[in-house]
Amino acid sequence: MLILHCPHCGVDAEETELAPGGEAHLKRFGPGSSDAEFESYLFHRENPRGVHFERWRHAFGCGKWFIAARATDTLEVFGTYRAQTAAPPQDIRDAITAKRPGWAWRDLA
Amino acid sequence: MSTRLQTGGRLIDRNARRGFTFNGRRLEGVAGDTLASALLANDQMLVGRSFKYHRPRGFVAAGAEEPNGLVNLGTGGRFEPNQRATTTELFDGLACASQNHWPSLDFDIGAVNGPLARFLPAGFYYKTFIQPRPFWKHVYEPFIRQSAGLGQVPAERDADRYEHFYAFVDVLVIGGGIAGLQAALAAGRAGARVLLIEQTAHWGGRAPVDGVTIDGHPAEAWIARALKALEGMENVTLRTRCMGAGVYDHGYALGYERVADHSPGDTRPRHRLWKIRAARIITATGAIERPLSFAGNDIPGVMLASAVRDYVANWAVSPGDRTVVVTNNDDAYRTALMLREAGLVVPAIIDARPTASGPLVRAAREAGIRVETGRGIARVKGAKRVTGVALCAQAGEGAVLEEIPCDAVAMSGGWSPVVHLWSHCGGKLTWDAGQAHFRPDPERAPTSHDGAPFVIAAGSANGYLLAGEALADGDAAGKSAVRSLGMAAKGGAVPKAEAEAEGPMTPVWMMPQGAGAELRMKMWLDYQNDVKVSDVQLAAREGYESVEHTKRYTTLGMATDQGKLSNINGLAVLSQSLGADIPQVGTTTFRPPYTPISFGAIAGEARGDTFQPLRRTPMHRWHEENGADWEPVGQWRRPYCYPRDGESREDAVGREVKNTRQNLGLLDASTLGKILVKGPDAGRFLDMLYTNMMSNLKPGKCRYGLMCNENGFLMDDGVVARIDEETFLCHTTSGGAEHIHAHMEDWLQCEWWDWRVYTANLTEQFAQIAVVGPHARDLLEKLGGMDVGAGALPFMAWSEGEIAGVRARVYRISFSGELSYEIAVPASQGLALWEKLVSAGEEFGLMPYGTEALHVMRAEKGFIMIGDETDGTVIPQDLGLHWAISKKKDDYIGKRAQQRAHMVDPERWQLVGLETLGGGVLPEGAYALAPDQNANGQRNTQGRVTSTYYSPTLERGIALGLVRRGPERMGEIIEFATLDGTTMSAKIVDPVFYDKDGEKQNV
Repeated sequence: MLILHCPHCGVDAEETELAPGGEAHLKRFGPGSSDAEFESYLFHRENPRGVHFERWRHAFGCGKWFIAARATDTLEVFGTYRAQTAAPPQDIRDAITAKRPGWAWRDLA
Repeated sequence: MSTRLQTGGRLIDRNARRGFTFNGRRLEGVAGDTLASALLANDQMLVGRSFKYHRPRGFVAAGAEEPNGLVNLGTGGRFEPNQRATTTELFDGLACASQNHWPSLDFDIGAVNGPLARFLPAGFYYKTFIQPRPFWKHVYEPFIRQSAGLGQVPAERDADRYEHFYAFVDVLVIGGGIAGLQAALAAGRAGARVLLIEQTAHWGGRAPVDGVTIDGHPAEAWIARALKALEGMENVTLRTRCMGAGVYDHGYALGYERVADHSPGDTRPRHRLWKIRAARIITATGAIERPLSFAGNDIPGVMLASAVRDYVANWAVSPGDRTVVVTNNDDAYRTALMLREAGLVVPAIIDARPTASGPLVRAAREAGIRVETGRGIARVKGAKRVTGVALCAQAGEGAVLEEIPCDAVAMSGGWSPVVHLWSHCGGKLTWDAGQAHFRPDPERAPTSHDGAPFVIAAGSANGYLLAGEALADGDAAGKSAVRSLGMAAKGGAVPKAEAEAEGPMTPVWMMPQGAGAELRMKMWLDYQNDVKVSDVQLAAREGYESVEHTKRYTTLGMATDQGKLSNINGLAVLSQSLGADIPQVGTTTFRPPYTPISFGAIAGEARGDTFQPLRRTPMHRWHEENGADWEPVGQWRRPYCYPRDGESREDAVGREVKNTRQNLGLLDASTLGKILVKGPDAGRFLDMLYTNMMSNLKPGKCRYGLMCNENGFLMDDGVVARIDEETFLCHTTSGGAEHIHAHMEDWLQCEWWDWRVYTANLTEQFAQIAVVGPHARDLLEKLGGMDVGAGALPFMAWSEGEIAGVRARVYRISFSGELSYEIAVPASQGLALWEKLVSAGEEFGLMPYGTEALHVMRAEKGFIMIGDETDGTVIPQDLGLHWAISKKKDDYIGKRAQQRAHMVDPERWQLVGLETLGGGVLPEGAYALAPDQNANGQRNTQGRVTSTYYSPTLERGIALGLVRRGPERMGEIIEFATLDGTTMSAKIVDPVFYDKDGEKQNV
């Protein structure tokens, strides 16, 4: 039963208020993309033990989507930010580095 | 025999008698008894039969760890199986029965398993009963079903109520022994919001039983003072009968409060489930004594030494007249001394250690008790009750040195901290070789959202078994918790608890250490699941090296007690068999709840009418008053049909279909999802959302649209009406409004967040009524208002105005194939308009119709239904809906996926109509048979039925189905399998059975 801070409405929301949306920062591939690109977009997901970026919706609250940077092994939350963000913001990345030096996720480090 | 002593019993009131029955026999206990102490006071030592071998079993423990004393408790609506007698408080009128025996507790035919035991070793399910195959079904399984299973299933509805309760605290202290009390005091004094919960009805834990003194006074006096101090703090909440059931992520914990188990029917909820958020959790959950593994350690009368002490001190019950104590530590000497003090006989203390010399040992010797060191029990004598023990050298193989008659054995193999709650959320353990147990490793505590530890173990749960250390540790835990929350811990002298010092213990995992196979087969580890030392050793010999695999193979620790007594003993035996160290072998995973909690508590108030919200349309009451036969559709209730006097459902549906096609029908369509999509980019957005083009829809017009997910699969359909340049109203399926709205928001917020589009789910804002049939226009014109003529309002158009004086938006759309108007009015006007339509429609033969008539009519027209023709693997192209898929658009959600090789395969099953040769109705979901078999020996298939009905219009069965290359095979006859093994023949036909040219809906 996680508690995540909703960066839109400012509420520290219980997991029962939230709906998970899977891995964050996927790049959409549509018509014209190769089979490999599309397969990767549709099916290939990170499965890290450690730092991960996930989409969550404050479904039973303000209804807004946000992204949580957290550790899958210890349940530590490094920060949350609005889903209208193309890549993890620097302050979130700094917060992760402070706690987990040498972390890596996809092509981020 | 076990009996009530003349004096003593700190928890009982001898003057308050309590009558109860056991297997129909009337017995008497007193207030303060547990069911276990009351049974023992009546010399009822035999309380059940074991799971596998049906061996006679008596009480081993006095608390939550009890594996044997399970009963069917209560009667009727308060009947519940597998209730632990040791944690059941006695009340007047309690009725219980023993379990797992036939025909009676004293004489059990299943006990024939005993001599056969060598044929039921570990893993016997897996190896013995598989071959020959037919034997499993006809011989083994019926036998196992007869002999397996604990308790009976309740037959009646639960008569009690349950509730949930939410609590938010700084510090949750679990366990009300002296460590927990002191931790709560320390945290409470610092001003923290504290919740202290204790699973029993009493505070203080073991300290009062074990003769502990605190600050020079008996523990009970200090406990009373501590409670008074805690009760005086406004920031502290106390609860007894409330177990810490589980610890979860980010400081979440479950408390299981047994509010009224001891006073059934007193109008309070029976159980209350506490959902607790705590910044810090202190687990002061105590420790559990371990049995010793000697032959016959499961014979009734063999008990934990601490349990014997509990029964004497708390309830003045002696488990036996002559009790032999067997131990590997000093603590058990307390039991011998207490029994002696109560005037009972202790023939000997059998101490497996080569020497013993602590103060407790000296006291026993001084009291004249015979102490035999370096000795063990070779075997316990007796069947349904201990009659004696045979002594042997612990270092030997079990040669009997002497037999000692006795009627009880008090055993102690050392103590294991209750680390369950520490471990639930990731807390790690460390092996304490000195005390031979796992205890919490403070360096590897469970961590919370901020990475900080949030669970602190305290007292004997933290490995501090001596009272003095435990109390000091509780104080430290309380202070450490508040300090970590930024509060200042208040000083004050830590109370000093004292008890006799104890000499070192020696681990003993088997008694005697060189016991042969014959003895090992009688050494029980898991009493409830009948797992013995020999079973674990066999598992090790067969290659089970992982403790998790051994657990599943032998079922060690998998019973309702989850191995509270046995797990450490079992993994010690495993590690010895493997020649590995115990910490190397490790423990199995501790999972919540700590002891079983009731389903009622989990459900709480969510049962019956409050199980989930029920959504009602504005016309719900009218339907109810007019005999609606209800059907659940998502959380909605919709009329399935409106049967009239004496009509069957089938007759009612037939009448409603015919009347709608010939005269006039009325449908409550309010449950249809209605999502407003608005903004300068709304058209562009809907072009991505639907497979067809929506941006070129003209205001005032409607268009049917299909929505797919990014996998290409069809997920919803409905009519889109363009309200104005920037505004669209999207209709969804009845169950789909919420998730389609969420789907829209997902794409808008996470992919195209720069598009100026806003959505609102208006489903419940409008009542929607479909007026359907040849007289639909006549009725609306009679009621008067807006122009609904074919010129002003053609098919697939909508307009706004008034109908019968009610402001309305009218859509000329049809899901039945008839002339049809869907009238949307504000929800508050829905019932009024419905009633006007009903009374004005009388002259046209108007009848309301339900969802089944709707389904039949749409199937007659070959219209698909989401969830019937689709199942998450069907693309629009499979359903012949190419006309609704835009070729002009570069992109829409699902387009790329529909270009994948498998999706464009001409072999895909595609939508066709199916006409049975005899006019019968195909079974739902029936498969179309293809020649030959697949690699698994199953018949090949080439299609399946997706919708099937009796058509009152055509007076024969009609069906829709997906068939391989179906549309190319018109006229072909294929076979469908039915459940009784026969087949039905059906001809592949066009899916539109009725009015193919759409003349009727377009008048």
